[in-house]
Amino acid sequence: MRRSGAGKRCLVYAGFLPFLVFALFPFYWMAITSLKGNQEISDLQQIPLLIQKGATLAHYRYVLWETLFPRWMMNSLIVSGTATLASACVSTLAAYALARLRFRGSQFFGMAIFVTYLVPPVLLFIPLSRVVAFLRISDSPWALILTYPTFLVPFCTWLLMGYFRTIPREMEESAMVDGANRVQAMVRIVLPLAAPGVLTAIMFAFTISWGHFIYALAFVSSNPKKMVNIGLATELIRGDVFYWGSLMAGALLTSLPIVAVYGFFAKRFVSGLTAGAVKA
Amino acid sequence: MGMTSQKQPSAGAWRPAASEERLAYCLLAPAVLLLLLLIAYPFVASVYMSLTDRRIAMPGRFVGLRNFTELVLEDEIFRQTIWNSILYVVGAVGLKAVSGLAAALLLHAMTRGRPLFQALLMLPWVVPASLSVLAWWWMFDPMSSVINWVLVSSGVVGRPIRWLSDPFWARSAIVITNVWRGLPFFALCFLAGLVSIPREYYEAAETDGAGPVAGFWHITLPLLRPMLGIVVLYSIVMTIADFEIVFLLTRGGPRNSTHLLGTLAFHVGLSGGRLGEAAAISLFIFPVLAVVAYFMLRAVRHGTEVG
Repeated sequence: MRRSGAGKRCLVYAGFLPFLVFALFPFYWMAITSLKGNQEISDLQQIPLLIQKGATLAHYRYVLWETLFPRWMMNSLIVSGTATLASACVSTLAAYALARLRFRGSQFFGMAIFVTYLVPPVLLFIPLSRVVAFLRISDSPWALILTYPTFLVPFCTWLLMGYFRTIPREMEESAMVDGANRVQAMVRIVLPLAAPGVLTAIMFAFTISWGHFIYALAFVSSNPKKMVNIGLATELIRGDVFYWGSLMAGALLTSLPIVAVYGFFAKRFVSGLTAGAVKA
Repeated sequence: MGMTSQKQPSAGAWRPAASEERLAYCLLAPAVLLLLLLIAYPFVASVYMSLTDRRIAMPGRFVGLRNFTELVLEDEIFRQTIWNSILYVVGAVGLKAVSGLAAALLLHAMTRGRPLFQALLMLPWVVPASLSVLAWWWMFDPMSSVINWVLVSSGVVGRPIRWLSDPFWARSAIVITNVWRGLPFFALCFLAGLVSIPREYYEAAETDGAGPVAGFWHITLPLLRPMLGIVVLYSIVMTIADFEIVFLLTRGGPRNSTHLLGTLAFHVGLSGGRLGEAAAISLFIFPVLAVVAYFMLRAVRHGTEVG
């Protein structure tokens, strides 16, 4: 009955090829630009898809030694790391309560988390800029450490609620029968079991913080304090063709931590994404 | 402390145990406090601000709905922005849905190598847009666009396309970049939906003489519809609230033809200092958010009921 021949199989892979090229070409172009010399970057007489005149690391050297790039990287690490860990703690507690405990208003709080998860930062950056100014933390990492959890906490809580629900209730109930109270059962039984979920949440939260744009652009303005993605986009850009090489080098270096994490956890990344982003 | 252990799992009316309830509120407190102070309060503040003529470093006067009426009735740039947003959302979400479904169907049909291809396809979604859009900016560069090089040297177009300086092509450029970024998410969600459709349905259809096309229309699409709905709704909010693609590629130009609500609010509020007006602009995202949140909540609930 089935007509799944080799021809049909080839057709599937051939059909997928354009998607693959579309998805990957910008990264290839980024990489190859970052390795070309300046003359070759601006020269379109030759085929630009390959490096013809020898690869150079000059752009990487420039970005690493002659710009504030290392400093921006450090800023991003500190802000993303702090905001992520703080959000993961707050979210784990909240998600446990929402997924496991029975209390009045639990449905309402669950809904509230879901709705705040949908609120895009673009809706709030104007009033938040006033809040940040009022707290006198404009133009400091604290402005971002404080505001990033507004999108990290709803996201992580929602993701972790789903994860807590997959842990069988019997495990903590049997611990409680053995004399442990609710808090002990939570700390000794449920949290260790939830560790993979918490790790996933941390990974996502870090990725989101690392790339977040609008708050980082709006609340921090002095050059040495910028996050790395903002620094690249605003300080390395001169509209001059000779900056493209270093800009691409910087963007590639900044993407590497994310891609490394992703490569390491690809499977979890994929399942976590669909679980957290679409399903309950 | 002992818990009042309920033997039968929450049947009928139950009173939550007091200690359990207290613990729940304690655990929730930090999250709720944060969301109240940094989402609920700013939202209320932004509604209030939008009713004033507030500027940076100046207290505002209450002006009622003037910001809104002026924007809608008199402000050409704002009206243009609304039109841009509609084009952008319809174009980008539509293309993402269609191409994402195509990619998911292809991935689903793969007999080997699916995890690898899936992982590669995901990269645009994984790498932060604020970095990858820089590559697109360079690819649309007026002088040395590699896309133009490919199109011209393969004879598809006669002369280079003015990607970011012509309104039509600038809009196309931001839609292409958004589709590039969002397609993997659509494909992945659809793939998850496809995997959950039992094979027997197709086999039964096949014995009844239905071909693969009929199978797609009568089995795949109807069963995928709930997933399709949720993903499209979610994407509408994310797309209308897009910021960095436009900010990095065009800054709203040429002649405001690519401004979205977020970039216009940024331009008016933080570059121009007119906070009241900017708050009003970004509040236009709210109705979309409210409608989408309503339908998504319904869908999510429905989904959990069905299982």
